Amino acid sequence: MTRDETDSRIRALIEPFNKKGARVDDATSFAGDLEFDSLTVMDFVAAIEDEFDIIISMNQQAEIENYGQLVDAVCKLQG
Amino acid sequence: MNDLFSKFDALIQQRETLLAGGVEDPFNLVMERVLSPTQAVCNGRDTILLGTYNYMGMTFDPDVIAAGKKALDDFGSGTTGSRVLNGTYQGHREVEAALCEFYAMDHAMVFSTGYQANLGIISTIAGKGDYIILDIDSHASIWDACKMGDAEVVPFKHNDLEAMERRLKRVPEGAGILVVLEGVYSMLGDVAPLAEMVAIAKKHGAMVLVDEAHSMGFIGEHGRGVAEDQGVLDQVDFVIGTFSKSVGTVGGFCVSNHPKFEIMRLVCRPYVFTASLPPSVVATAATSIRKLMHGSNKRAHLWENSRRLHGGLQALGFQLGTQEPQSAIVAVIMPNLERGAAMWEALLKEGLYVNLARPPATPANMTLLRCSLCAEHSAEQVEEILGMFERAGKAVGII
Ligand SMILES: Cc1ncc(COP(=O)(O)O)c(C=O)c1O
Repeated sequence: MTRDETDSRIRALIEPFNKKGARVDDATSFAGDLEFDSLTVMDFVAAIEDEFDIIISMNQQAEIENYGQLVDAVCKLQG
Repeated sequence: MNDLFSKFDALIQQRETLLAGGVEDPFNLVMERVLSPTQAVCNGRDTILLGTYNYMGMTFDPDVIAAGKKALDDFGSGTTGSRVLNGTYQGHREVEAALCEFYAMDHAMVFSTGYQANLGIISTIAGKGDYIILDIDSHASIWDACKMGDAEVVPFKHNDLEAMERRLKRVPEGAGILVVLEGVYSMLGDVAPLAEMVAIAKKHGAMVLVDEAHSMGFIGEHGRGVAEDQGVLDQVDFVIGTFSKSVGTVGGFCVSNHPKFEIMRLVCRPYVFTASLPPSVVATAATSIRKLMHGSNKRAHLWENSRRLHGGLQALGFQLGTQEPQSAIVAVIMPNLERGAAMWEALLKEGLYVNLARPPATPANMTLLRCSLCAEHSAEQVEEILGMFERAGKAVGII
């Protein structure tokens, strides 16, 4: 899957969690811009894991702060 | 200077707002006198205790107290040492023997608290490159164990078999896996489908640890917990438990049939680098555990209490954490923290103590009034408790 394809699938998944309808680009941060609390993060991560059939462990999540980093991580995890 | 405490400002503010409304501080209650497992004088009032996790009411058992006093006389007030140095007394061996007998398992290791038992066992056995697959509603001590260790940590949705299996399937070939579950989840008082979960874990080659803190002594034929009740205890690799609930004192443990289990005593840091339990504590624990092996009458009464309270609260119109009583915990769901604190205080003024639980310890940001029943609550006390809930609930406008 190309980075663009991965990006658009994640973009679709993020929508129901993006309550404020914030604009999403690579620099958008989950805690700051999207105001995800820890429960939202857990649900959102579970949705991505199931969509791509991957594991994003909490250790890996700790390295991901913004949207671009997430897309890169998902690309890498798909191998 | 950058004040390191500024990160707590939001919480300080929330607390001040709550207390400014005039409610008694729910997190600063003092028990001036304790009269029995179910009664105390709190903030100057005679109070029925309904939030202590003292499920079997062992804290004032005459045999338990006598054993503690004798150990205090014979062995002194403390060991002043680690289990692996000067801190293993006869009593520590005896309480471990009592646990092996209680669970019919080969090995038992006693820690200074249940928190440390989880912290130590989980962080030690799951190392770098291993995977911990755990329920998202796990107790703080399990999460802290994950944080302390080097394993990859992967949570799944509470009690969701499919979510758990999907994650197990995705673990890379050859990696070690520890599945961490609880028998009873203490926030809502719900029980895990351990029979199915343990089978799935085993199918994927995982080892299984079950925290049975809230089931010991009254769930399962011998009181060994939910895994026993559902017939899968023999497939559970590690059971974690505590002395701070049914046993009625303080301390924690892990029991296991793993042939190499004893090596834990040398490699588990929260076991090694802390002082062992005082002699009086292990003596009271051993006596209590042995009495719990024969507690079936008390157990039956505890279940009656749980069913009556659950049914009574439901009939009054309270929203509860489970549709039917699954354990000795009945969680009453409050609309928000402010109303929850008001209800908590109204109950306290009625003469009833329950546990106020709030985020982040609770699932889905709920505010809960957690009631835990005791085998020593009389049927009359349970009726009295229902009357208090009715009056307080109407006064605060919850029902
Ligand atoms: C599920 C669970 N595990 C572990 C513990 C810790 O037990 P202890 O009080 O012995 O530290 C508790 C109690 O708070 C608990 O609820």
